[in-house]
Amino acid sequence: MKRAARFIIFYAALFGLWTLLAKLKVWPPYLFPSPWGVAEALYAGFQDHTYWIAIRVSMQRVLLGYGISVVLGMVLGLGVASNKFLEETMGGLLVSLQSLPSICWWPLALLWFGLNQNAILFVVVMGSLLSVTLAMEDGRKQMPKIFGQAGRNLGAKGFKLFWYVLLPASLPFIVSGLKQGWAFAWRSLITAEMLYLSLGLGQVLMMGRDLNDMSAVIAVMLLIIAIGYVVDGVVFKGMERHLQNKWGLTPA
Amino acid sequence: MSTNVQTVPRRHPVPVEPLPGYGVKRGPVFVSHADGERASAISKVGLSDICLSYRAQSGERLLALDHINLQVRTGEFLCIVGPSGCGKSTLLHLIAGLHSQSSGQILVDGNPVQGPGTDRIMIFQDHALFPWLTVGENVEFGMKMKGVPKGERRKKTEHYLHLVHLGKFKKSYIHQLSGGMRQRVAIARALATEPDVLLMDEPFAALDAQTRDLLHDELERIWSETGRTIIFVTHNVREAVRLGDRVVLMTFRPGRVKREFSITLPRPRSLEDPEVALTARSVLDELREETNRSLEAEYRNGIKPRISPGASV
Repeated sequence: MKRAARFIIFYAALFGLWTLLAKLKVWPPYLFPSPWGVAEALYAGFQDHTYWIAIRVSMQRVLLGYGISVVLGMVLGLGVASNKFLEETMGGLLVSLQSLPSICWWPLALLWFGLNQNAILFVVVMGSLLSVTLAMEDGRKQMPKIFGQAGRNLGAKGFKLFWYVLLPASLPFIVSGLKQGWAFAWRSLITAEMLYLSLGLGQVLMMGRDLNDMSAVIAVMLLIIAIGYVVDGVVFKGMERHLQNKWGLTPA
Repeated sequence: MSTNVQTVPRRHPVPVEPLPGYGVKRGPVFVSHADGERASAISKVGLSDICLSYRAQSGERLLALDHINLQVRTGEFLCIVGPSGCGKSTLLHLIAGLHSQSSGQILVDGNPVQGPGTDRIMIFQDHALFPWLTVGENVEFGMKMKGVPKGERRKKTEHYLHLVHLGKFKKSYIHQLSGGMRQRVAIARALATEPDVLLMDEPFAALDAQTRDLLHDELERIWSETGRTIIFVTHNVREAVRLGDRVVLMTFRPGRVKREFSITLPRPRSLEDPEVALTARSVLDELREETNRSLEAEYRNGIKPRISPGASV
């Protein structure tokens, strides 16, 4: 109850400050849009289906890109974790590559794939692949060895061992990495979309800039935040809670 | 000394009946073909000259197991005791096929062990149940890997859960069970794959005394009902004498078979039986020397001796 009260007070104050500044017209509206301006932009955007389409297109892209990252990252991470040679050689490369913002791949992506969907997808994959790989590598190492031994002992080997034992056993250790990978994928996607006319949320945001419609810009920013927050809070939190219940990681 | 214990000073395995061709000193115990069936009926698991060496952190090669020779009969309950660091658990891992020995041969039913197999199922000290599966799914796991059809899997799961008195806990998760219940699930999971040999690695070491007593009774009952061969590793001599048909005593580094004790006490036994205590006493006397060596090494090095070679999956 108290927590909810604090929550409400904080956001009410934030909103009040925004309204106040907009009312006082400290800055002109085209520089500092008002809350009702943003609300209107949101309404209009959903009304003419621009935002619905943008959300659908962006979600499709991020799901595809992130999906590729998860599958590739798990295979790569597992390889690096279980092979000494790979660990010594590729391990360092992966860590150093992670310091590279994924949008740096954009020029190469344009040359390799052309100005299209695939270039965006490539940037999204490069953005999240490393997080997933490193998380999987780490999770595989943290996972108690006994599970692998017990699995092999009970007749699991090869893909079955991976799918039924190693993967579920390492899930609690990689879920935070998966979450980070999602966040990187989402950011990379929006960045890439802003650079290319592509129907996605990033493009809608840039359109707002081109039309000097700061209300629309902020409206899209809110959408981007909201989607990121919902996925994080619903999908990943739910997954974490599910794992904790199963494994008994939280005091009952 | 108790009349119930026959101590056999030994250098080489002494099966109940001498195996044909047993006199061969080195190398696997091969049995002439005409007698093959009879021999495998006698010897379920045969270890011949098992050696295991590993590289210590200091870089030197250490011998963990030194020419272990052991024959385990079908349906026998064999206990292996020894001080910590004698390699008794490692020996079990070798039989399970989770590691491989440096030299020597392990035969199960006359066939050399080449990796894990569901004919030999291991029960680990910390149960190693899968926390992401329910109790029922854990018990089913081995059968699922084998490709047993679903209906049959369900039926057998019920059966084995009932055998360990956990029929009502099929849908529970592992963390919801007590230590003793977890170990019973581990036993059910092992039995459900219908292995010929159960390899038990100090399965009850982490349990309280009452639970352990109960599980001893259950294990003895299950063993006599299912007729499985059991190789049971423990550092608890009393437990070994209470459970085993035979107790094998191992030396501290390098692990060798020091002595074997045939336990002919009537069953069912109990830890409190004076005969069990008396027999355990005579084993303990032998063990004490090894334990002292183990402790000395521990104090000298300041660290617990570790001999399991780096396990990788």
